[in-house]
Amino acid sequence: MSTTNILLTGVGGQGTILASKLLTLGLIEQGYDVKMSEVHGMSQREGPVLTHVRFGEKVFSPIVEKGKADVIMGFEELEVLRNLEYLRRDGQGIVIFNRVRVSPMGVQNGKEKYPLNGEELIRARAGKLIALDAQTLARELGNPRVMNIILLGVLIRELGLENIDWKRIIAENVKPKFVELNQKAFEMGKNLTKN
Amino acid sequence: MGKLTVTHTIIRTEKEEALKELITGDEAIARGAWEAGVRFAAAYPGTPSTEILENIATYPEIHAEWAPNEKVALESVIGASVAGARALAAMKHVGLNVAADPFFTFAYIGVNAGAVVITADEPGQFSSQNEQDNRNYAKAAMTPMFEPSDSQECRDMLIEAFEISEKHDIPVLFRMTTRVCHSKSMVELGERREIPIRPYTKDIKKYVAVPANARPMKVKIQQNRELLKEYSNNCLWNRIELGETKTGIICSGDCYLYAREVFGESASYLKLGFTNPLPDQMIKDFASKVEKLYIIEENDPYIEQHVRALGIDCDGKNLFPLNGEMTPEVIRRVIFGEEQALDEEVQAAVVGRPPTLCAGCPHRGFFYELGKRKNVMVSGDIGCYTLASGAPYHAMETTVCMGASISLGHGAQQVFDTIEGQTPRVVSVIGDSTFFHTGLNSLLDVAYNRSKVITVVLDNRITAMTGQQQNPGSGYTIQKDVTEAVNIEALVHAMGFQHVRTINPNQLDQVKETLDWALGMDEASVIITRWPCALKKFAPWDVEEFPGAFTETYFVDQEVCIGCRKCTRTGCPAVVFQFEIKKSSIDPDKCVGCSVCAQVCPVHAIQKVEA
Repeated sequence: MSTTNILLTGVGGQGTILASKLLTLGLIEQGYDVKMSEVHGMSQREGPVLTHVRFGEKVFSPIVEKGKADVIMGFEELEVLRNLEYLRRDGQGIVIFNRVRVSPMGVQNGKEKYPLNGEELIRARAGKLIALDAQTLARELGNPRVMNIILLGVLIRELGLENIDWKRIIAENVKPKFVELNQKAFEMGKNLTKN
Repeated sequence: MGKLTVTHTIIRTEKEEALKELITGDEAIARGAWEAGVRFAAAYPGTPSTEILENIATYPEIHAEWAPNEKVALESVIGASVAGARALAAMKHVGLNVAADPFFTFAYIGVNAGAVVITADEPGQFSSQNEQDNRNYAKAAMTPMFEPSDSQECRDMLIEAFEISEKHDIPVLFRMTTRVCHSKSMVELGERREIPIRPYTKDIKKYVAVPANARPMKVKIQQNRELLKEYSNNCLWNRIELGETKTGIICSGDCYLYAREVFGESASYLKLGFTNPLPDQMIKDFASKVEKLYIIEENDPYIEQHVRALGIDCDGKNLFPLNGEMTPEVIRRVIFGEEQALDEEVQAAVVGRPPTLCAGCPHRGFFYELGKRKNVMVSGDIGCYTLASGAPYHAMETTVCMGASISLGHGAQQVFDTIEGQTPRVVSVIGDSTFFHTGLNSLLDVAYNRSKVITVVLDNRITAMTGQQQNPGSGYTIQKDVTEAVNIEALVHAMGFQHVRTINPNQLDQVKETLDWALGMDEASVIITRWPCALKKFAPWDVEEFPGAFTETYFVDQEVCIGCRKCTRTGCPAVVFQFEIKKSSIDPDKCVGCSVCAQVCPVHAIQKVEA
């Protein structure tokens, strides 16, 4: 089988790290060879985060090539746009896109403009676009922080990996008092695109 | 291909299936060190090597220490090795420059128990001041060298490196790169092998590198090199993978993974993991088997020059770039001319997300004020505060290496002072951890050679940029055991400085008045700005010293706000200017109440949120 390429992108503090950790644990259980590479800015808050996850029978390079990502899972709009060049260009690429905007410094102090046509640009390039507001959904569940797990649920459904015991993987890897909430968030994400 | 020889066996766990985990190269090094029976490890934090020691410190069998700098770390490792314990030093590439002095002579005196020096290079310069290729150090110091390509090799090769170190009585250089350090791949884990401490015997001829002793030491290294060449030609880590022979590729480290990704079975590979000395015979064999030979390596033509010196024709840096990361895309572009067209429409829309000082960062207030001063030259250093060279502060004019702010500033001031007229006054700025690293010697230079440099120690009570590591000023060891915390003010007085002040950098009046005081004198002074990093986890003594810090928030009274945007010029990520209404606002989730924006507001529109 060929290698599947996934990119998770957002800004520091959005929970990309936990989402990618859970994802890789599930993939390993399924018997895949998995590689993962992470580039984060420096240790200051809110830097851009880009995580490469590749899985298949045998994976060599830990990094996804531009134009070869099967899925981009974006936690923040501008970061999806910044990394859109990674998406495969044969119209088969999937973008899971969280409608959240975190303004960088230049936008905040009025020197630059946050792109207003981001979603439109993404839609034109994605074979399939799943846009959602996971932050609001997470807030409805009682904690905006589980936004990442809702998005993970969406991703798992798109990858067709629902057969893995995610419930247990979540239970083993998050703090006991947040297990139930995270499991609920995962189910919510998984069922969002069911129709 | 020669026969495989390996001097260690991979020990499996008792379970039938070996324990496998998805871990980073840095974590695999820590695991490998533990399995190899390492007892002592020292490092100074530096991306991408920091996590090595952080992970080693989680194994109680290994005594792990943050050292003030890499030279100190390596020297303590030499001591541990001489005393009979397997020992490891870890550093980023530029750290080995600091540790180069002991490194070269360590190769001469050799080891008692095995010793390994990890260098984490940064092709692509994600967070470093240069892109030097430290494989050159192994060549120059004549030490054996390993270059792993993934986490499994990090673990396996490290265990082997200790065997090689002991067998050949020499420290081993272990060269990683950012992608190897920070990528995760599956690793088969083993158990720890307890290596007894070797007895120490007084051996002046071996350990005292005076000329009479050191001359025969060099001869010994050269003799050893012949044995290591044989090892290189026959070891498990250098191997030929024969596929189609039209194209042959010699590569090491992560470049092997990228080459495999691009060429698959359509090429043959000479995969090198032990790269000093290089395996001449194997290279010749491989070259004779393939039609076209490429050397694919990041940074310098280290392998290529050797291959060419053997009289073998090849393609390398004549095609591939000398800088940046070697990614599969680079290989495709160079070999096949495949270029990804830029999506101009998307590029035009994207705006940058540069790193910024965090909300509540104690550097903000100080640099906001310093940036307004005229006729000063700000000599900078390495830390979060290097961001002050950028917008909106533009308050740093030089950055070279750790500790250079003070000594570079000293040299500049000495020259400025020989020029008639309004010459600049030098203000050298340096963080607490960088000050302990190599700033101390430089400050001695200022005192001893009497320049009038103004030195500012930005003491945020922690090593911030690499992610909150303890240091000699923080009061904790890496294991969070309580220890001595150096008193910077007393230290500076002891060096001979008469004019020393400690201030709160969030109080702009205090900063202003202190800068006036220092600039008004024709003598050297030292200013210590003392306030914790906004991300710091407080120690009990921090709670006591900085009561209420980071617990308040401020808001903008938009009725009062005149939209002058003075507050946004503090560069705080919590301050937002709303263009539609031409008013500022403060994000309550980000604001931690440093009050710098409130102090610069000309109409007092920014107020504390009363609890």
